[in-house]
Amino acid sequence: MLIRHLLAGAAMALTATGALAQDDGEPLKVGFVYVGPIGDGGWTYEHEQARLALVEEYGDRIETVYQESVPEGADAERVLTQMALSGTDLIFTTSFGYMDPTINVAQKFPDVNFEHATGYKRADNVATYSSRFYEGRAVIGHIAGKMTETNKIGYIASFPIPEVIRGINAAYIAASEANPDVEFNIVWAYTWFDPAKEADAAQALIEQGADVILQHTDSTAPLAAAEQAGGVVGFGQASDMAEYKPSPRVSSIIDNWAPYYIERVGAALDGTWESKDTWGGIDTGMVEIGEMTDAIPEDVRQEAQDLADSISSGEYHPFTGPLNYADGTEWLAEGETADDETLLGMDFYVEGIDAEIPN
Amino acid sequence: MDLSSINWLLLIAALMVGATPILLAAIGELVVERSGVLNLGVEGMMITGAICGFAVAVKTGSPALGFLGGALGGAVLSLVFGLLTQVFLSNQVATGLALTLFGLGLSALMGQSYVGIRPPATPKLDLGPLSDIPVLGPILFRHDPMIYISILIVALVWAVLFRTRAGLILRATGESAEAAHALGYRVIRIRLLAIACGGALAGLGGAYLSLVRVPQWTEGMTAGAGWIALALVVFASWRPWRVLIGAYLFGGLTVLQLNLQAAGMKMPVEYLSMSPYIITILVLVLISSGRGRISTSAPAALGRTFHAST
Repeated sequence: MLIRHLLAGAAMALTATGALAQDDGEPLKVGFVYVGPIGDGGWTYEHEQARLALVEEYGDRIETVYQESVPEGADAERVLTQMALSGTDLIFTTSFGYMDPTINVAQKFPDVNFEHATGYKRADNVATYSSRFYEGRAVIGHIAGKMTETNKIGYIASFPIPEVIRGINAAYIAASEANPDVEFNIVWAYTWFDPAKEADAAQALIEQGADVILQHTDSTAPLAAAEQAGGVVGFGQASDMAEYKPSPRVSSIIDNWAPYYIERVGAALDGTWESKDTWGGIDTGMVEIGEMTDAIPEDVRQEAQDLADSISSGEYHPFTGPLNYADGTEWLAEGETADDETLLGMDFYVEGIDAEIPN
Repeated sequence: MDLSSINWLLLIAALMVGATPILLAAIGELVVERSGVLNLGVEGMMITGAICGFAVAVKTGSPALGFLGGALGGAVLSLVFGLLTQVFLSNQVATGLALTLFGLGLSALMGQSYVGIRPPATPKLDLGPLSDIPVLGPILFRHDPMIYISILIVALVWAVLFRTRAGLILRATGESAEAAHALGYRVIRIRLLAIACGGALAGLGGAYLSLVRVPQWTEGMTAGAGWIALALVVFASWRPWRVLIGAYLFGGLTVLQLNLQAAGMKMPVEYLSMSPYIITILVLVLISSGRGRISTSAPAALGRTFHAST
């Protein structure tokens, strides 16, 4: 009996080895290039969490390496070349500024596959991926519109690029549908990460009457400022920022890269990896809405959840007409939805936002 | 644009809070440079002070001990610089830059387990009826104690440098180390003390950032404040009260710029953001032009290595 068990065990072990042998006998080596420190609590932190999820999922079948705080530009090219030379099979480059270095290095190493986040240049061995963060912004925009009592919503923006402008528009459209009197005050911080400046920006907005703060910068400093001011709510950005629950952080947009990374590494393991463009939203799990706390009234929580569900099912698009450009001319007619190309290059505000985009 | 939506009283109060970290770091660097040493590691000492102060405050639950811890952390790190440049006679510029890089790395390492934690709140000083005075109350009398302490420190630095014998000796060391040495003063010891003092003040500024202004710990949270402090010393042409004015000006422009944006002012904010640096460059140009009184204000022995044998 015992011997039979042992034999069965040995046979299973042999089969397992056989399966591994199909993957060349060696684990797949996956590399990650990060723009910030893994402890930034936002963007890079979430990519690192996804890497850890990969390790959890595939265990010994893969080996992962990463490098943090890699400057965008020539340094990135050196890091990528080094990674490719050291036998990495699949490399994820996780910031917009790595676009050209990724393409350059990919040309030199046709046998290595690359995945570039938030870019638009592809090659046979370079895929691109990003998330439809604007879907999440529509949901928190709705909550913001419902929760503001002063009708003033403060928005801390980073850089005037389509990604950020799209977020402002999506949030404004949802907020003004929830509350037609709502007004957006936008402050450009010209940084992704500077806790002191973000705190100052939040404070300036609060002092001018905003009681809801939305942010498109990466630190938790605006939430700390909201907490100090009292009676002001905000949302987690990129990461859950759960330490500010239940208020001021009443919900959050979480970038969840794990499902995508697991799918793509799985494809690389099966040998079915190919270059493509992915722009995943709430439906793919790449954009998550963090827990809505009790600080949000019950009915608003329900509405926000319904909104998220209808976006996820494809029933509703956050950019659905009638929508006008800021100057009042028509952009989308009744029932029309925005196409991806316009969204990807978005450089205008929708009607109702009383501000100008800096250039 | 709706300027009336800006609350100018709160703006001035916010400006004082925003300026305090660079004020503390700059007044510390002023003492160091007055003794003839150029320490470019302010950023590194600030961020080390930020994490040391944060860690101590979280462990003990006392913000006051946290500030002491921050000052101590900055001082210890600055003594590494002191040892290298004063005893082993290494190049001050290179060592200072290395200190910044080292401080950033060290703080990231020390701070691993402190991400996402909230520090104990620093209470505002209760000044009773004073804080209810209209106009002056919100501007001057509703702050945390560190704001007042920072102004006291500026006064103290001024008094010591220009009204005491010890200050005279320190300045003499900065003007001509050889002369001070010939008179029997211990140049190395004086400079080490000045370096430690500068490190402690930079650390205090960092702790103010992580305990009051932000308040939280995040890697790299000083985001260049140390470099602004260095520019500020030049801007102030090595005078304590001008450092105070300069710090409020630098801090004020950032806060003002954000407030104008929030009020919907349509102007390129980049110009306001860069204006402090332009002024600093102008001061540098004036100093190096060799004309006017300002050109003689830099300590003559600044950045020069001293050894008793020379």
